[in-house]
Amino acid sequence: MQRPLICVNGLSKYYLENMPVLKNINFSIDSGEFVAIMGHSGSGKSTLMNILGCLDTATDGHYYLEGRDTAALSADELAVLRNRLIGFVFQGFNLLPRSSILDNIGLPLLYAGKNKAERREKALYMLDRVGLAEFGERRPNQLSGGQQQRVAIARALVTTPKLILADEPTGNLDTQTGEDIMKIFQALNEAHNITIIVVTHEADIAAHAKRLIRVVDGRIASDQPS
Amino acid sequence: MIIGALLGEGWAAMRANRLRTSLTMLGMVFGVGAVIMMLAIGQGAQLMVSESIASMGSNLFIVLSGSTTAGGLRQGAGTVPTLTLEDAQAISELPEIAAVAPTFSNTAQLIYASSNWSTLVSGTTPAFLSVREWTVSSGEAFSDSDVRSATRVLLMGQTVVRNLFGDENPVGKMVRVKNSPFLVLGVLAPKGQSLDGRDQDDTVFIPITTAQRQLFGTEFPGMVRFIMVKAKSAEVMDRAEREMIELLRARHRINERQEDDFTVRNLTAVAQAAAGTTKAMATMLGAIASVSLLVGGIGIMNIMLVSVTERTREIGIRMAIGARRRDILLQFLFEAVMISLAGSLIGVVVGIACAYFFSRFNDALVVVTLSSVLLAFGVAVAVGVFFGFYPARKAANLKPIEALRFQ
Repeated sequence: MQRPLICVNGLSKYYLENMPVLKNINFSIDSGEFVAIMGHSGSGKSTLMNILGCLDTATDGHYYLEGRDTAALSADELAVLRNRLIGFVFQGFNLLPRSSILDNIGLPLLYAGKNKAERREKALYMLDRVGLAEFGERRPNQLSGGQQQRVAIARALVTTPKLILADEPTGNLDTQTGEDIMKIFQALNEAHNITIIVVTHEADIAAHAKRLIRVVDGRIASDQPS
Repeated sequence: MIIGALLGEGWAAMRANRLRTSLTMLGMVFGVGAVIMMLAIGQGAQLMVSESIASMGSNLFIVLSGSTTAGGLRQGAGTVPTLTLEDAQAISELPEIAAVAPTFSNTAQLIYASSNWSTLVSGTTPAFLSVREWTVSSGEAFSDSDVRSATRVLLMGQTVVRNLFGDENPVGKMVRVKNSPFLVLGVLAPKGQSLDGRDQDDTVFIPITTAQRQLFGTEFPGMVRFIMVKAKSAEVMDRAEREMIELLRARHRINERQEDDFTVRNLTAVAQAAAGTTKAMATMLGAIASVSLLVGGIGIMNIMLVSVTERTREIGIRMAIGARRRDILLQFLFEAVMISLAGSLIGVVVGIACAYFFSRFNDALVVVTLSSVLLAFGVAVAVGVFFGFYPARKAANLKPIEALRFQ
C-alpha cells in the first residue's frame, strides 16, 4: 500500500493550559484526495489547517508529511517544505499589494532560487491557465475579488505542489464566484491528481469535495465520503 | 535569494514611503557630510602645519645668546651678546652638524626710487640657504668671499620685492638700506607663513660681516644674535644638542656651578608639538562628526523597526510561500543598507561641496582625500548593516502563523 501524504497521529494543540483547541486528532489523507474540513468558527479547523500547512506546530502528537515528522524539522526546513510541497489559498487572498500580479505569482519561485526569466515564464503560464493573461502588470487592488483569488491559486500552483491548502477560499466572494473557484479546485484534483484540502463552514462548498471531515470543539466528529 | 530581486524589493520598499525614506536618508547625508567636511578641515590644517614645518627646514636648532645673572637679576635670552662667529665656526666642526648659519639681524628702512619699506635685515652666511632649505629663484646668493670682505650685497624675499619693485626685476638694482647703497644679488623663492604666522618672505639677507661692521654698529666685534644649526639627521638631534652645550660651555669657560649664558632650542621638537596639536584637533573634529553618523544610523534602525511592524503580514505571506529566515533577514538588511548607501552617496557630494565653500569663504586650506571619503562611506555602510541587523533579525524571527494573523 502507498504511504499516505498526510498522517496525523494523536495531535493536540493548546494555546492555554487545559484549554485545548485540538484534542487527540487522528486521520490520514492519501495523495490525490479532495477533502473538506468543516466546522463552526472556533471549532479548531483553522488551527488544524495551519498545522497541516506547517505554519504552526502541534503541542502534542505527530504530524507526518510525506512520511516526515514535521516536529523534527527546523523553521527553515519547514519553509522549504511549504515552498516545494504546499500551495496556500487564503480567505483574504494575501497577495503583496506593491508587487505586480506576475511578481506575486512568481514569488514562490524566487524562494526556490529560480532566476528572473524562469519565474516570469512560469508565472505567465499559470496566469494564462487561470484565465487572467492580460492582467499580468496590474496590482492586486486593480482586480476583483474573484480575480485576486484566481491569482492566489496561480501562485499556489506555480511550484507544482502536491498539496493545496485552501482556508475559506470563497469566504470573501459572492456565491457564483465561489462556485467558480471550487470548480477550479475540482478540475485540478481530477485532471492533475493534486491533493486538495479545503477548510470551510459552508456545506455547499464542502459538497464539492469527495471526503468530509467535521470538526467540533477540537475533535473529529465525523469522517466520511461526501 | 537572488541579489537582483533583493535590490528590486529594497527599491520598491524605499519608493513606497518616499518622504519617510528621504528623511531617514537625510540623517545619513548629514552624518557622512559632516565627517567628510570635518576630516577635510582637519587634514587641511595638518597640511598647513606640515608645510610650515617644511618651510622652516628640518632637524633645526637655534642657539640664542644667553641670559646672564647680574647681582641676582636674571636677564632674558638674547639680552647679552655672548655668541660669536668663532662659536658658530666651532659648532660647525662638530661631527653631527650639517650646516651653521650665524645671524645678526635688525629692522631697517629700505628705499628704492620712490618706494620705501621697513623690513628685517639679517646678516648671515651663505650656509643659511641650506640650513633653512631655501633656494634663490633668480639672480644668485652671496658667497663666502662676500662675507670675508663685507660687501654691500643683498638677497631679497618676495614680499620685499613686491613692495619695493612691484613687477620690476630687482636683480642688479641698487637699493638703499639705512642710506647705504646695496646691490640686489638675487631673489629668494617664496616660503609662505611660519608656524607662528609670520610672513617669512618679508626679509632681506646680507653678509653677516656687513651687518656687524657697517650697518648695525656693535660694541662687541664678531657678536651674533643667534646661530641657526642644522643637524645631519633626526636621529642625532639629541647628541648634537648635548655636544653643542658642552662645547659652548667650554668655550665660554662656564664652570659647573654657573648657568649657561646661551640657550639651545630644538625647533623641530617645537614644530612636532604643533603638528601633534593639529592632529589631535583633526581627530577630535572627526570624532564629533562621527557622532552624527551614529545618530543617522539610529534613525535607520528606528524606521526599519517601523517598517518591519507595518509589513508583518507581508512577512507572514512570504514565509507561507517558502521564504526562509535568511531570505527575510537579507531583504530587510538590504533595504537598510540601500538607504544608508544612498544617503552616504549624497552625503559625500554634500560634504565635498561644503568643504569647497568653506575653503572659498574662510580662506582656509581644506583637503578632501580619497581615503577620507572611503572611510566615511565605509563607516556609513557598516552603520547601515549594524543598525539594520536588529530590525531584520526581528522580522526573520517572526513565527509564520503569528505574522500571517497580524492585522
